[in-house]
Amino acid sequence: MANGETLFGLHGTALALRSQRLALLASNIANAATPNYKARDIDFNKALEAATSGNGTNVDQAARGALGYRVPLEASLDGNTVELATEQTQFAENAVKYRTTLSFLEGRIGTIMSALRGE
Amino acid sequence: MANNLSVFDIAGRAMSAQMLRLNTTASNLANASSTSGSEATAFRAIKPVFKTVTDSPGVATVQVDRVVSSNITPTKRHDPTNPIADKNGDVWDAGVDTAAEMVEMIEASRQYQNNVQVLQTAKTLTLDTLRIGK
Repeated sequence: MANGETLFGLHGTALALRSQRLALLASNIANAATPNYKARDIDFNKALEAATSGNGTNVDQAARGALGYRVPLEASLDGNTVELATEQTQFAENAVKYRTTLSFLEGRIGTIMSALRGE
Repeated sequence: MANNLSVFDIAGRAMSAQMLRLNTTASNLANASSTSGSEATAFRAIKPVFKTVTDSPGVATVQVDRVVSSNITPTKRHDPTNPIADKNGDVWDAGVDTAAEMVEMIEASRQYQNNVQVLQTAKTLTLDTLRIGK
């Protein structure tokens, strides 16, 4: 992992965390009609900070540490705290940011490849 | 991904749960105008009960726990010409709230669409990740 981190910097960890958050938001959307389901999300900045602090915290532990419950704007009768408008915007934002991180990684790989080729 | 439950599993199983909900709605609407000779045998609306299936904290999908009959009482109607009417000339109309079923149908189909969208996004992102560096 240490080599991978120096090669890809922050972006490798960020991509793994984005993927975890994608699964989390997909869970919220899947449970939009389940009574008593409590929507959850991770504080991305906090998780990224923990995962890149260098004290041996891996991505899974970092994501678990930054896990929290979503506070609904309006309470529903069946105890479900999923608000589809919120979840869908968060999901879209997360997907775009995943793609952005991927572009950063692609740029980095391109740079390294051209350095290796010596062109 | 470290999770046993991938985004594809989450959205896929949610889709089958929503599909079952749509099926129960279809059955209810199909039987909405059925009549019966006694209150006990009259059709009552059926409803699925959703349950969360948790993998690791925060990662969860949904499944249909069981399908229950609703407690809407069938309405008694006096119709002596009906061949299945009882000795008082009464028949019972199915206990189905058609307006509520229509709302249920729209909600189920919208939530199904949401899960399809999740699946599509996850698929695109996974394929983009596979193409990295090419």
